[in-house]
Amino acid sequence: MIVNEQVAIDHGLKKDEYAKICELLKRIPNITELGIFSAMWNEHCSYKSSRLHLKKLPTKGKQVIQGPGENAGVIDIEDNDAIVFKIESHNHPSFIEPYQGAATGVGGIMRDVFTMGARPIANLNSIHFGSPQHKKTKNLLRGVVHGIGGYGNCMGVPTIAGQTSFDSSYNGNILVNAMTLGLVKKDKIFYSKAAGLNKPVIYVGSKTGRDGIHGASMASASFDEKIEEKKPTVQVGDPFTEKLLLEACLELMSGDSIIAIQDMGAAGLTSSSIEMASKGNLGIEINLNKVPCRESKMTPYEIMLSESQERMLIVLENGKEEHAKKIFDKWNLDFAVIGKTTKSKKIELYFDNQQVANIPVNTLVENSPMYDRKWKKTKLPKKNKIKRGDLKNLKIIDVLKKVLANPNVCSKEWIWQQYDHTVMGDTIQKPGGDSGVVRVHGTNKAVAASVDSSAVYCWAHPLTGGKQVVCESFRNLISVGAKPIAITNCLNFGSPENYENMGEFVECVQGIGEAAEYLNFPVVSGNVSFYNQTKEEGIKPTPSIGGVGLIKDYKKMITMEFKEKNNIVLVIGKTEGHIDQSLLARNILDQKNGPPPEINLFNEKNIGETLLKLIDNEYIQSAHDVSLGGILTAVSKMCIKGNKGINLKKPKYLINEIEYFFAEDQGRYIIEVTKKDQKKVTDFLKKNAVHFDELGTINENELYINDKTKVTIDELKTSNKNWLIDYMSK
Amino acid sequence: MKSSVITFPGSNCDRDMDVALKQFGFKNKMVWHNDAEIPKSDLVVLPGGFSYGDYLRCGSMASKSKIMNSVINFAKSGGLVMGICNGFQILVETGLVPGVLLRNKYLEFICKNVFVKINDKKNTYFKNINKDIVEFHIAHNEGNYFCTKDQIKEIEDNHQIAINYCNKDGIIEDQFNPNGSIKNIAGIFNKEKNVLGMMPHPERMIDSSLSGEDGSLFFKNLINNLK
Repeated sequence: MIVNEQVAIDHGLKKDEYAKICELLKRIPNITELGIFSAMWNEHCSYKSSRLHLKKLPTKGKQVIQGPGENAGVIDIEDNDAIVFKIESHNHPSFIEPYQGAATGVGGIMRDVFTMGARPIANLNSIHFGSPQHKKTKNLLRGVVHGIGGYGNCMGVPTIAGQTSFDSSYNGNILVNAMTLGLVKKDKIFYSKAAGLNKPVIYVGSKTGRDGIHGASMASASFDEKIEEKKPTVQVGDPFTEKLLLEACLELMSGDSIIAIQDMGAAGLTSSSIEMASKGNLGIEINLNKVPCRESKMTPYEIMLSESQERMLIVLENGKEEHAKKIFDKWNLDFAVIGKTTKSKKIELYFDNQQVANIPVNTLVENSPMYDRKWKKTKLPKKNKIKRGDLKNLKIIDVLKKVLANPNVCSKEWIWQQYDHTVMGDTIQKPGGDSGVVRVHGTNKAVAASVDSSAVYCWAHPLTGGKQVVCESFRNLISVGAKPIAITNCLNFGSPENYENMGEFVECVQGIGEAAEYLNFPVVSGNVSFYNQTKEEGIKPTPSIGGVGLIKDYKKMITMEFKEKNNIVLVIGKTEGHIDQSLLARNILDQKNGPPPEINLFNEKNIGETLLKLIDNEYIQSAHDVSLGGILTAVSKMCIKGNKGINLKKPKYLINEIEYFFAEDQGRYIIEVTKKDQKKVTDFLKKNAVHFDELGTINENELYINDKTKVTIDELKTSNKNWLIDYMSK
Repeated sequence: MKSSVITFPGSNCDRDMDVALKQFGFKNKMVWHNDAEIPKSDLVVLPGGFSYGDYLRCGSMASKSKIMNSVINFAKSGGLVMGICNGFQILVETGLVPGVLLRNKYLEFICKNVFVKINDKKNTYFKNINKDIVEFHIAHNEGNYFCTKDQIKEIEDNHQIAINYCNKDGIIEDQFNPNGSIKNIAGIFNKEKNVLGMMPHPERMIDSSLSGEDGSLFFKNLINNLK
């Protein structure tokens, strides 16, 4: 095939990018080379629109062992233990083929983690679908949930937490973000930097097929009416092979044979080989005839661009080939020496004794395009004036039931019951709480993780929204008694070529950065997914934040269900009555404009740290952060989970009942304390300048509001539990 | 007491079982599927997971693994063999216990705590256990036990049903059946009751911090019965 500008454009490259390639090579690339450039220079692999802004994120901290730039981030959790973690998107494939798209998303992120020598110990996910009324939503949800379960369950890694939301902006573009945590000894972490000359380059895992060719390019473009034609670009997963690959890699890693290792994810053999060479400042020579292929007559172009799953590339120490091969033979996996490291600093590919590509590595990596895209700032919207009259007509229990049955608030048990969340025998907090928690096997420590996003807030004001998501993650970790350590982010946005979408990205990243910096909660890994749009319509900006924290003594872990009759319930953090962009405003009052609740980072940090101290001193019986749906929603969920009721009283100050109970002011938690400890707790809160309101006393099984309104907890449970089950069985 | 846990390619509850057995005093060995002989054991466990990816049929390829000849001989000579979840699926494929395990009725993987009623205590597994209803944990996609009418009659006549899904009061009804299995069967024995296959995972219930402690009860009782 003759390469020209049109062929380059068909590969998703821009005219000037093609010109730059010709200039860098000082010649016209052949088709294999063009394919390699298109794979490396697309948005997904090169971060060409986002790099400039991602640099501003705080990535360092006392406990950070490895920040962004490796397969995953690594944090120190003491005693020579480290946690490797990352979140990644698989949005485009999941919309085209939900089962395989979601499954391979889970497979891909687990590979990123065990590539670094860590055994995966927990999976999480953040999934976002269109309006429940949209004709595709139900099948997409079912397919995605089956796919996530199908892969994670087979791998034997528990799925411990997640988030599911519905919003019409995802009608044409769902989001599937998968996160994995792995455990590794600090001195046994593996990196992707090749080193040394003439070292064997090894291919292990599944054979290469024609699936997923140009997957990364597909993920770097918007959808149009021809998306069905893109099905072949979706990879097909085989969790069984990945399980074998995991065990074989960990077995090989227990010795000292590996110099560098990199999984073949997006852009397959291309990006893995180039990344290893680039980091090691070396060249790599590969004989493509040696690559194990599943199909006959595969061309160099296809071999290099295939995104077949469950494959790894390894640079071995000389003389270790036999030892390594034995391990992969034992696990019935392909093993082939396909090349070697060279000093040429080039990628040189051979096929049928001919050189089929010869590209300087730096042209693909350092010289890849970087854009300072135009972006538009979002003004803080004006506050709405809530008419008191409108609120007076609302019956509080009716509103509560509606809120509890809202698709974004309702119980997601139908989903997480399909995920094995208890395998490995260390899950001490299951899905449905503020964070999932797993013990560090054989120790008193536990790791908490949560994944959050608040697209509505980010859409209303990206800067505030970006901060809010980080704070919510912080709160979710603190609510279970974990000290927040670091985050990973998955930044899902529309087209970077659209000023408004790009503005949303820039300002969300700024918000994330500010909050992460202030809370000492650095970003150690992540990924960016642009072009989440069909034709002109983009999604609401949806950064997903995966937070990880440490509980030093897992016996001190907190859960959210109310524990004991007659205990006292407090809300800590101040309620000002912010209604705009709340569930109440959007879904009950049908008011969709106005600013999101403000974030006060000083209060956020102070309240969180104060609560953590109270938890450490064992004064807290249960805790739950206040988020979507405000105080009454949070309290109701604690009642439902604990099978207890509460006599609630609105404090005298401020606003009316509905505003007080449904406002979404930030930086608040509900806590349960015993009568005996109440004074100690409130004194400590006062000493630390943390505002609190006493909400009421726990009772048998009814919710009273100001002594006059009541509802049984069973009724609330029914509202909360049934929506999703009914929806999926219709 | 000595135990052996077989690891097949795709097993993923092998470590959990190893941890549980050791916690309650077994000297446990992990045995590779490609080995010819099981070591001298008082108990052999086929653990949960997705042996051979559950391809073809759950458990079918594992049932033909090299080690299985030795396991089958051990069972036939009266040795205790317990198959949990995928291990149960392997056991039905070997024919050591009757019946088959179909896809769950609602076609969904299900992971949750369930109550089961112990149906027979005249066996090494449940003899002397001081509860009739225990809370166990299930996590499976194919646990819908099925067999022919003749087989079920035989199974019932021989008291081969080990445990049935029920509610916390021991009532065995359809609404407490998580997967559609015939007669709410959660686990069965062979005729001689030395081979037990069950879907629930007692190894996930061995700590108050986990899903519960009825698994501890089960293992403690089992090792006492073997002493």
